[in-house]
Amino acid sequence: MENVAAPQPKDNMGQPVPRVDGILKVTGGARYPADIKIENPAYGYLVTSSIARGQISNIDTSDALELPGIIDVITYHDFSGQIEKPLMMGGEGGAGYAGSTSRPLHSSKISYDGQIIALVLAETFEAAREAAHIVQVTYKAETPSATLGSDGLKIQAATVVKKSHEDPKVGDAEKAFLEAEFKIDKTYTTPVEHHNPIELFSTSCVWNGAELTVYEPSQTSHGLKFGLAQQLGIDPGNIRVISQYIGGAFGSKGAITERTAIVALAAKKTNRPVKLVISRAQGFSASSYRAETHHRVALSATKDGKLTSLIHEGLELTSRDDAYFVGGTDATSRMYACPNILTKVTIVRADRKTPGFMRAPAEVPYMYALESAMDEMAEKIGMDPVEFRRNNDTMKEPIKGLEYTSRSLMKCYDEAAASFGWDKRNKEPGKMRRGEWLVGHGCATSCYPTLMAPASVRVTFKIDGTALVETAAQDVGTGTYTILAQLAAEQLGIAINKVTVLLGDTKLPPSPVSGGSNVTASVCTALLEACNNLKSKLGNNSGGNLEAQLQKANLKEMDGFAETVAPGAPKAGIDMLHKGVSAIDGGAKLKDRIQFSFGAQFIEVEVHSLTNEIRVPRMVGAFAAGRIMNPRTSRSQLLGGMIGGLGSALLEITEVEKSSARYVNKNLADYEIPVNSDVQQLEIILVSETDTKINPLGIKGLGELGIVGTAAAVSNAVYNATGKRVRSLPIRIDDLIA
Amino acid sequence: MIPFSYSRASTLSDANLQLSAKIASSSFEKGEDKVQAEVQPIAGGTNLADLMKLNVMQPHELVDINQLRLQPDIKAVSSNEENLVLSAFATMSEIANNEIILRDYPMIAQSLQLAASQQIRNMATIGGNILQRTRCAYFRDISFSQCNKRSPGSGCAAITGDSRALAILGTSQDCIATHPGDFSQSMAALEATVTISGKNAKRTIPFSALHKMPGSSPNIETILQPDELIVSLNIPAKPWARRSIYLKIRDRASYAFALTSAAVALDISEGTIKNARIALGGVGTVPWRSIDAEQALKNKVPNDQNFKIAAEAAFKSAKTTEKNAFKLELGKQTLIRALTQVAAMEI
Ligand SMILES: Cc1cc2nc3c(=O)[nH]c(=O)nc-3n(C[C@H](O)[C@H](O)[C@H](O)COP(=O)(O)OP(=O)(O)OC[C@H]3O[C@@H](n4cnc5c(N)ncnc54)[C@H](O)[C@@H]3O)c2cc1C
Ligand code: SF4
Repeated sequence: MENVAAPQPKDNMGQPVPRVDGILKVTGGARYPADIKIENPAYGYLVTSSIARGQISNIDTSDALELPGIIDVITYHDFSGQIEKPLMMGGEGGAGYAGSTSRPLHSSKISYDGQIIALVLAETFEAAREAAHIVQVTYKAETPSATLGSDGLKIQAATVVKKSHEDPKVGDAEKAFLEAEFKIDKTYTTPVEHHNPIELFSTSCVWNGAELTVYEPSQTSHGLKFGLAQQLGIDPGNIRVISQYIGGAFGSKGAITERTAIVALAAKKTNRPVKLVISRAQGFSASSYRAETHHRVALSATKDGKLTSLIHEGLELTSRDDAYFVGGTDATSRMYACPNILTKVTIVRADRKTPGFMRAPAEVPYMYALESAMDEMAEKIGMDPVEFRRNNDTMKEPIKGLEYTSRSLMKCYDEAAASFGWDKRNKEPGKMRRGEWLVGHGCATSCYPTLMAPASVRVTFKIDGTALVETAAQDVGTGTYTILAQLAAEQLGIAINKVTVLLGDTKLPPSPVSGGSNVTASVCTALLEACNNLKSKLGNNSGGNLEAQLQKANLKEMDGFAETVAPGAPKAGIDMLHKGVSAIDGGAKLKDRIQFSFGAQFIEVEVHSLTNEIRVPRMVGAFAAGRIMNPRTSRSQLLGGMIGGLGSALLEITEVEKSSARYVNKNLADYEIPVNSDVQQLEIILVSETDTKINPLGIKGLGELGIVGTAAAVSNAVYNATGKRVRSLPIRIDDLIA
Repeated sequence: MIPFSYSRASTLSDANLQLSAKIASSSFEKGEDKVQAEVQPIAGGTNLADLMKLNVMQPHELVDINQLRLQPDIKAVSSNEENLVLSAFATMSEIANNEIILRDYPMIAQSLQLAASQQIRNMATIGGNILQRTRCAYFRDISFSQCNKRSPGSGCAAITGDSRALAILGTSQDCIATHPGDFSQSMAALEATVTISGKNAKRTIPFSALHKMPGSSPNIETILQPDELIVSLNIPAKPWARRSIYLKIRDRASYAFALTSAAVALDISEGTIKNARIALGGVGTVPWRSIDAEQALKNKVPNDQNFKIAAEAAFKSAKTTEKNAFKLELGKQTLIRALTQVAAMEI
């Protein structure tokens, strides 16, 4: 029987080898950062603010300090001025590390709900928690602005918030829209979402003289090292970060958060190792999140299905002080051929924590809006939504006329549609039924920019026929260990079980952040070159037996090292890499080409005719992402992506209380994500694609591709089932039952 | 969580004795307020230990009653012509998997199977289940200062806040928290009685008298005294029990509390509903038997029109907030769907 988890490779795909760390993970052998035993730790527990804006007027720690086993309660009184203002990752000028510029434990000022205001240290976790619960905090609270539409917001154009932001446009979209016969003009909204990786946020810090070791799950071990050095004002050479296994991240473990510097300083102050594992509830404000967005999408098209104008205005929320926003019009303005495009991103500042990266940060909300609108436009002109997209498919992006390095969007549509049985769909809403259930079918486009960053890798071949691959890159659960072992085995002509891969340690050669789906493309490029260097050092360019060559040269081992950048990218990126900064580039940002992965998703929903709950019996996604290194891990990524997309379509929402700007449902019972029974049939089709322009191996990366477009496909299916367009996520019973 | 002492009871009388002795020596003076009681029995702990970690409940002493179900005289399920008796100390899975219950009381089995997860059902007892506390997010998060149920007199954050999951029946201006359980609805519908054991005496009361509506003291949730234990639930064997279902509506397909639910049993003969038994979940502050709906169906033909009349009757006293207004229509549709389904059941 065919093993669906291990799809057979098609053209330009590697073997579906099982994860090399799979057994370690399921047997508990993999040590996640909080699992690593440290000597004599003080256990931490946070006290966080229960207001979103104002001042702390008093923190009374006396009761807490009297409990048995309490070592210290650290507040801003202890650390004020000691932690430098963090530099923003991806901020203006490039060289930053942090998710926010707010100085941890610096003053009495409260800028958002859940801000860290004290760290309790105790002999046990339980004692720390108990003490944290009785730290008495009094506030001088001010009325916060909670969300889009609240009073007291500050509204700015994205181009003002970030000088480097551009609002892509071409032609005269307003005029074309005005003159068009067939058009739609709609508003779509998406809610606050939190990643909730199953592994909680943790940090352990151990000082040995001037040397500091940090155990923390991080998507960028080098970024964490340099970011922490900057905040503490110490030599980065004295910091080692260890992050070998990561229990899911989705962006939440990308930028350095407030906790790391606090834990490091606390360990110094108390002269003891400190271990902090943050609770699920506090985790909702410990790291980044996806902020709420509003979109206006206006489209016009000819009767025969050619887009004549596309207007996409995005409204996003961010904090008072930071310049983070996602600006997904870069993607939505490039999706389809259209002579007249106008985009604008506007930023709203509220009393909230700075949002940050969350799985396909820009593409998820912006493509939801565009792909919902595409469905509405297709309906308006009475055209099948797949054919409408085919009519507007293009090999040249419409803004600057750059060629796509490869684009297999319609191939994805065709393969997925065939497997789904799209031809059996009734395009009249409310006409398909299964017993008491209304049935609906919908589809949407997935896309993700192909990004790359500089990376470095060392590979060593030994006389016993084994090889060692060393790079600080992280495996956030995606399969990095596996594909690097696979590539090294292939390049060195040995079995995969002869290859050891070391990752997630700043003692290793630096690698980029595991973000923007860039690691496979970036690190495999460096590993390929490192293997080539190794072979040429042995005079072995044409292949042959490396062991024999070592023997001949009377050597025990030989290494190869490489530091690479993306084709055409400046070498200066390598200097940044050595400072913990990932110079990520690609997608729609390049001068000579545009590079994206694409996919198409088809979804069947059932909506109960009386009670209106929505179930999803079938999902089919087809994706093309250049060379597929490993069909098994790729499928798994895309599967997870589509399930995440299903969650964002029907379940996920962090409730922000309007009066207090506080999160209410910060637990996994009230913040719902899909469970097994929500996912019935889910098929992933890996579409064969070859791209010769992006990098020597032709890898595009697909970690974030699968979650893009799912929400629109679900929403379009709900419309097909019920005749109701719900333009606000998540779509729940409340929206349908009225 | 605060430090607490823990002891294990081996028999029912031992448990009652331990509880009353500990209460006598504690400074506790809050009467019936079980939320703040300093001495608590602990069964599966799936609700109590959770709330202790969140510091919502702070008992100083726990008496573990899990050994009780191992006693030879305590049977999880016993039944005869007149009665079905369920031990309160039995686990949710034991009851859900019992053959008699699966065959003769489908509503009970379903109300357990559709609750929580298999792991939780293996740990949790049905006694603990009917006493589980509300999932109101403000109650469970001590960083919100307003919650009358947790700190009497502090106000209710939910009424103007996030109340999507909260109740529309039996609410007061001081609390609109939902009784979150599923199994309780089947007990309410099937007219169970509850046998309660104190140090000196046993008493049996109707299940419908166990829980208290919030009124002006939402911290007092039941009529139980702190030293009392629920021992068993007794369900009269009635003709409607076999034609019964539990229908649960929620956003995701599994592992979620009810937005709305309906426990429905009908005794139909010769095309007429002789008797109906109905309770509604997810909508009431306490397990919510709807005698109004039952009466609307008595001696009526089981058809759509009558089901609609019953649904209107069931919700005529509902009070909604902006966020949970949808539950009014959803609750009615849930009941109509359940009635339709149960009427069509082959038995
Ligand atoms: C993630 C999650 C999901 C859940 N989903 C559902 C769901 O969908 N539907 C549902 O109905 N429930 C659900 N539950 C609740 C679960 O069913 C209850 O937590 C469980 O039934 C409680 O039983 P227990 O034995 O663990 O009680 P405990 O936690 O031990 O006790 C609860 C309370 O009852 C008291 N108590 C226990 N037994 C007795 C007794 N015999 N006499 C007097 N007092 C007693 C205790 O003192 C305590 O105050 C869920 C729980 C969790 C954690
Ligand atoms: S509804 Fe009840 S439990 Fe919830 S906040 Fe109000 S008083 Fe507390």
